[in-house]
Amino acid sequence: MIAAVNLDMTFAALADPTRRAILARLAKGEATVTELAAPFKMTQPAISQHLRALEDAGLVVSRVDGTRRPRRLAKAGIEAMDQWLAMLRKALEKNYNRLDKVLAEMEAATNKGDKR
Amino acid sequence: MSKLTLKTEGDTHVVVTRRFAASPEAVYRAHTDPKLLQKWLLGPEGWTMPVCISEAKPGGKIRYEWTNGKGGGFHLTGEYVELEPYSRIVHVERMFLPDRTPDNHVETRFDADGTGTQMTMRMTLPDAKTRAAMLSTGMEKGMEASYVRLDEML
Repeated sequence: MIAAVNLDMTFAALADPTRRAILARLAKGEATVTELAAPFKMTQPAISQHLRALEDAGLVVSRVDGTRRPRRLAKAGIEAMDQWLAMLRKALEKNYNRLDKVLAEMEAATNKGDKR
Repeated sequence: MSKLTLKTEGDTHVVVTRRFAASPEAVYRAHTDPKLLQKWLLGPEGWTMPVCISEAKPGGKIRYEWTNGKGGGFHLTGEYVELEPYSRIVHVERMFLPDRTPDNHVETRFDADGTGTQMTMRMTLPDAKTRAAMLSTGMEKGMEASYVRLDEML
């Protein structure tokens, strides 16, 4: 199933350094709230709030394992964001490809001037 | 041609890098001379920049107006803060889409790299939220048509 991803929420979720650190930790593998809270010196409710923002943004999903609810990265959300950044790169690249041509023309004009 | 990189840095920065096969002087001129800017700073295919004001001096005005020739358009205004020919430009800009977006502080460096130039453009937005908005919607509006084209290509 393809998750509907709200990129506005995705980037807003990524604006927070703690949430980025949580994602970096989850990139290494799934973890529970307790495991996630430990390195951040934050309370579990605070971590849970960050996790909710990440889940709402489609970047993190949880599963039920007895009494545990380990979290992991949501592949669809991460891929949608990567694709978006790739599109921005391509759009910028279009401008710079044109600039390559402008620079080549400038150089050609300079060389012509030198020969005169 | 070396690939462009676009990365977020810290909470408020966006960093774009690209290499060009020309001297820092040429790349710097192409970023400040209105006649040259009008040839490349266009975004999507079919768009033009009929108005290009670029007063390359500290406090100098910047105004770019783009149009798609079909009634669609938007503009950007800004001011130059510092200029070090041909290695560094600091300017402030904001878009009107049509609402004014928060100021984007931009430092562009041109470093000689062999026979070419390595460009590093570092944008600083007022806060993380503004950066998020720019990355997710602001750039999109300015480049709408190019995405349509990209969709066709993908």
